[in-house]
Amino acid sequence: MGFLKGLFKKKAPRPSQQPRGILIFENTSEVIRAEGILKSRGYDIKVVGPPAHVRKGCDLAIEIPLVEAMGILHILKENGYPPLDWMPADDGLLKPVDLFHIKDFGGYLMVRAANMKITVHKSSLTIVNISGGGCPDVPYLAAMLVGKKLSEAPRPIELGHTLCGYALQLAYDKIKELCLPS
Amino acid sequence: MLAILGTVPEENFPLLCGKASIREDFLIVNNQKVPIQRGTPALVASAIKILEVLNRQPPFLYLIGDIGRGSGSRQLYSFFTQDIKKREFSTITFHYLMPDADWCNRILLAIDELKKRPFLIADAGFMYAAKMSGNAPLFDLFTPDLGELAFLADEQAPHPFYTRGFLLQEENKVEELIKRAYEHSNASRYLLIKGRSDYVVKEGRILSVISEPMIEALEPIGGTGDTITGIVSALIDSGFDVEKACYIASKINRLAGKLSNPDPSTQISHIIKFLPPAFEQI
Repeated sequence: MGFLKGLFKKKAPRPSQQPRGILIFENTSEVIRAEGILKSRGYDIKVVGPPAHVRKGCDLAIEIPLVEAMGILHILKENGYPPLDWMPADDGLLKPVDLFHIKDFGGYLMVRAANMKITVHKSSLTIVNISGGGCPDVPYLAAMLVGKKLSEAPRPIELGHTLCGYALQLAYDKIKELCLPS
Repeated sequence: MLAILGTVPEENFPLLCGKASIREDFLIVNNQKVPIQRGTPALVASAIKILEVLNRQPPFLYLIGDIGRGSGSRQLYSFFTQDIKKREFSTITFHYLMPDADWCNRILLAIDELKKRPFLIADAGFMYAAKMSGNAPLFDLFTPDLGELAFLADEQAPHPFYTRGFLLQEENKVEELIKRAYEHSNASRYLLIKGRSDYVVKEGRILSVISEPMIEALEPIGGTGDTITGIVSALIDSGFDVEKACYIASKINRLAGKLSNPDPSTQISHIIKFLPPAFEQI
């Protein structure tokens, strides 16, 4: 008993350790509306001043749980109050992944973005597998997308809720660009 | 006994807690049927298959529906912090759960009150939470893939989505990523790194690298990481030395993949059927 005590003396549970994101809005009335919508859905959010490096929007912002950004953006868009922008609530140095790993398996093509992979059967353009990721919307997204044609599958951003879902969206956009050139 | 915590991709799936078994292509927990698909059900099914070969009791499962909103995961966390007080597990594996640093802290505090420390394994979302909360060194084993290893190696990234590009060019620098993850205290005591080659690591030192059999088609198949975590959980809980368990788990997973004769469209439920013969061949 107490095997963690030495370590926990230095770090008792602190909710602030959860990575936070910032939503930037055009004006304060939108902030107030968005706050009400998100609180009514049970999200752990608060109204804050925007970080110093943010150069747009009004003088209020909403701090959100970063991992859940995708679901939050979807709800606000559905309710007519999408933010101007969103970002991690750090010093502005963190950027979303922008590198893709592409692997050709002959009859199949795989694209990886960050921790998410999507694979398509090249001749039928059917999504055959989704792998990687760790947030609980990943198995859900896999269940909804696998077996569907790339041209008919729902966009991950419409169904997902987390940053893993967002990474899958990036991989999905890239594989569409490669397989369905416009 | 092995305990496994995770989720299924159904929003209204109730919280289940009890011993799990397999009937045809379904997991059975408290008379509820769960399809064996990628994610926690694949991990649980793999653990059951290995425990059956070893003639050991099935795992104890904490399972709830969560499609990414996080409410299911948090309900499960809350339940577990109370329920664990009346249980005795030798191994606990945390899997597809909403990464929540605060709940990770609370769960570790609940475990800290137990008479005997279980062996703690984290994969997927709970591994992210362990890193986010600064608690990675309190875990005994993480099972990251290469993208997740880059996330562990990036001391600034709060989630793999923000892993910096220079770390994602990782194909030829696994050793550097391992070193960096340990330097910043973002790794567990042991790592089983899943990839083209699998790496078994203890406190920053590579113990073994497993590359055979090499089945290229396994990489895109969703769930091959879940199965290896299920296998290693079952082996460790059955008393295998950790290094040996990681090595054998990697071999079983690769061999089952080979026996299943996969292509990139193969589904994980097909590969799981080959785990017992793969284990018996090793």
